[in-house]
Amino acid sequence: MNAPLLELKNIKKDFFGNQVLTDINLTLNEGEVLGLVGENGAGKSTLMKILFGMNVIRDTGGYGGDVLLNGQKVNFASPFDALAAGIGMVHQEFSLIPGFSATENILLNREPQKKSVVSEVFGQRLNTLDRSAMRKGASDAIEKMGVEIDGEMVINDMPVGHKQFTEIARELSKEQLKLLILDEPTAVLTEREAAALLDSIRGMSSRGIAVIFITHRLQEILNVCDKVVVMRDGEIVKDVAAQETNVTEITRWMVGRSVNAAAASHREPPESDTVMSIRRLWVDMPGETVRDVSLDVRRGEILGIGGLAGQGKLGIPNGVMGLYQAGGTVTFEGKEIPLNAPRKCLDSQLAFVSEDRRGVGLLLDESLEWNIAFPAMQIQDKFLKPLLGGLIKWRDEKAIADVTKRYIDELQIRCTSSRQKAKELSGGNQQKVCLAKAFALEPQFLFVSEPTRGIDVGAKALVLEALKKFNRESGVTIVMISSELEELRQICDRIAIVSGGRIAGILPATDSSEDFGALMVSQVV
Amino acid sequence: MSENVNKANRTFTDRARDAVQSFGLPRMIIAVFLLVLFIAAPFVGADFWTQVTNLFNRFSWNAVLVLAMVPMVHSGCGLNFGLPLGIISGLLGATLSIEWGFTGLASFVMAVLIATPFALLFGVGYGWLLNKIKGGEMMIATYVGFSSVSFMCMMWLLLPYHKPDMVWGLAGKGLRTTISLEGYYAGVLSRFLQIQIGKLVIPTGALLVFALLAFLMWAFLHTKTGTAMTAVGSNPTFARAAGINIDRTRMLSVVMSTWLAAVGILMYEQGFGFIQLYMAPFNMALPAVSAILIGGASVNKASIANVIIGTILFQGIVTMTPTVMNSMIHMDISEVIRIIVSNGMILYALTRRTEATR
Repeated sequence: MNAPLLELKNIKKDFFGNQVLTDINLTLNEGEVLGLVGENGAGKSTLMKILFGMNVIRDTGGYGGDVLLNGQKVNFASPFDALAAGIGMVHQEFSLIPGFSATENILLNREPQKKSVVSEVFGQRLNTLDRSAMRKGASDAIEKMGVEIDGEMVINDMPVGHKQFTEIARELSKEQLKLLILDEPTAVLTEREAAALLDSIRGMSSRGIAVIFITHRLQEILNVCDKVVVMRDGEIVKDVAAQETNVTEITRWMVGRSVNAAAASHREPPESDTVMSIRRLWVDMPGETVRDVSLDVRRGEILGIGGLAGQGKLGIPNGVMGLYQAGGTVTFEGKEIPLNAPRKCLDSQLAFVSEDRRGVGLLLDESLEWNIAFPAMQIQDKFLKPLLGGLIKWRDEKAIADVTKRYIDELQIRCTSSRQKAKELSGGNQQKVCLAKAFALEPQFLFVSEPTRGIDVGAKALVLEALKKFNRESGVTIVMISSELEELRQICDRIAIVSGGRIAGILPATDSSEDFGALMVSQVV
Repeated sequence: MSENVNKANRTFTDRARDAVQSFGLPRMIIAVFLLVLFIAAPFVGADFWTQVTNLFNRFSWNAVLVLAMVPMVHSGCGLNFGLPLGIISGLLGATLSIEWGFTGLASFVMAVLIATPFALLFGVGYGWLLNKIKGGEMMIATYVGFSSVSFMCMMWLLLPYHKPDMVWGLAGKGLRTTISLEGYYAGVLSRFLQIQIGKLVIPTGALLVFALLAFLMWAFLHTKTGTAMTAVGSNPTFARAAGINIDRTRMLSVVMSTWLAAVGILMYEQGFGFIQLYMAPFNMALPAVSAILIGGASVNKASIANVIIGTILFQGIVTMTPTVMNSMIHMDISEVIRIIVSNGMILYALTRRTEATR
């Protein structure tokens, strides 16, 4: 009985000859909280998929090595087996039914049931749901986390943080839960919600539930975990107790080189004319409503837009670029730009890198070449060969391949070839493809929305550096929207803070964090 | 670099596995089954070369109808279950061309020309409808196809056709269910440059016309507009963010599909030798849908290769199975077997439907 709860021995995994995990050894005791960190593509997700018995592992030839649960060797054929063995997993993407309430989602397919006359006759499939027992079960699970969520609220109406808690509550409501895997649960949470989540992790561990916690926010790991496991290129490079280390050390292990923490090279903000002016803009973007924004962007600067989640900072670029219903006036280079018409913005040499990489940013099923060249081809007739005197615009495959290769080198996109499908890349590399797509348009003005969301430290530095270089060398005005203030302060000249759908104030990036913090909460609705 | 190393280390079985994977296991099985039928044919007394000829003919009749699936699949409108609408345009072209006294090759060319405005008109209306109900295209398309067939059942009787070759003998008005194309365009394409070696007959002309249309489709997909169409099907939001007018692109694909269906039915008729009216278009959509799915297309991806492979496999199985089975058991139940096999293939194909990543 003294065997550790979970033991991984010499786990190996390759995808068609491409080694992604080599000799992973790991032990986890009851009630222990393990922080798993590593750059994107380091193999964290693959390891968790093996542990959870995901089909994708079996479909690609299984894995090598042993997984031991309480000293017993196990080999899960499907996630159902893993669930039965007491392993729960909360994924990065929500797997909730939008039209159902929190309670229904939490107890889905495990609802307490009532027998009735009908079900006695026709079998238990016709049992009715025991609503009051369900409410109790769900509220118990929610209570375990120590947060307040209305069990009757429909998922659609919930702020993103509550959705995350609902997912965790679903796992917690399972009686046999022994091990909970949290895959970047805090990525979408505000700081207060994240703090509540960390508290609930501590609560779980005190009740004997072991937790594997994957995140890019290293401070959280140090706050809550007992030990930290650092992965790099499919290997465990470090396995230490959390109190014996610090953020800088972990970062160094992760990237295998020392990262220059926040070495902002500030310059004098360029005093120049206004290139874009936004007046009385409103945008109807669900969850990011913009109420009344007036803003002037100077030529050649990098303007940051920050603020808390849900305050409307994302609505600004989406509205200006015509992706969501908007009103107000936007003038660019002295000419008014019609709203709600994406084509008009693009024709005026504006470009936009969306925060919704998979939804708006990429053609997941197409090659990198298509992803990068497509907008430039459609809008500016680049990469086309005119045939029959311009009557036919033929795709110039060679030019497309060339430009793609150039950006693959320039942005260090990790891929097998320029014809690889976008969906096969990791998050950080997908983000680089999105940037390359915008760069290929050679715009005069670039909106970049959350360029570093969900990507690792190394890729983050590269993305920020690329944006900076693009601004300095090509003289492109950039407006960058980000939830991470530190990141904005690293590369921006000025930072506007959005609060309650309005601009709360614009400060130079060199001002103190406290000033920005005060602005963020000034008009919260 | 590591990729090269892997390539060098790969064994024969790896490569075989990759080949099977890229061709698709279901296709492999069907292809092997078809091969077995061909090998079995001579032993049970069915002439091999006659069977091959049969397959060539069937291919040349049906391939354009299958090709008509491609544009709508690319633009994300799904499989064109509304194929009967295009077929009706083709039938209008065919009957009007005969009514106005064209014969021989001219009757075929005129049928295509007359069908074109109908196809454009119907296509625009159909496309407008499909743009209103994004997400439920295939269901609505099925209804559009079926209801247009029913409507035309009345019209074939009511429209003032007078040509004695086409109308009911006694009444002198209303079109017959089946109209012979003898003297009009029966075989005008398949007899062009026809190659005959013993019992093997290759309908060169018809194959060339299909090749031309397939080439044009392939070329179109390599142009700026064609690229935009593929992107709209792959991720409409991405396309919109890149300034593409999604509705217009989809509309274009529907019109193209409808026109190809019109030409497709004319190709079918010239091979088959008859115009079939009334309920006949009803049964044309499903075989075409099945063929392209068996060819390896998904709901939003289809290539010319899918069209060719799918048509050969589908038509091959559907024509060969009854012949071989009949000869084997010496009893004429070919019609029963044909129905079982073709509907079985349709059912199988529809379960093979795959969709893109979102």
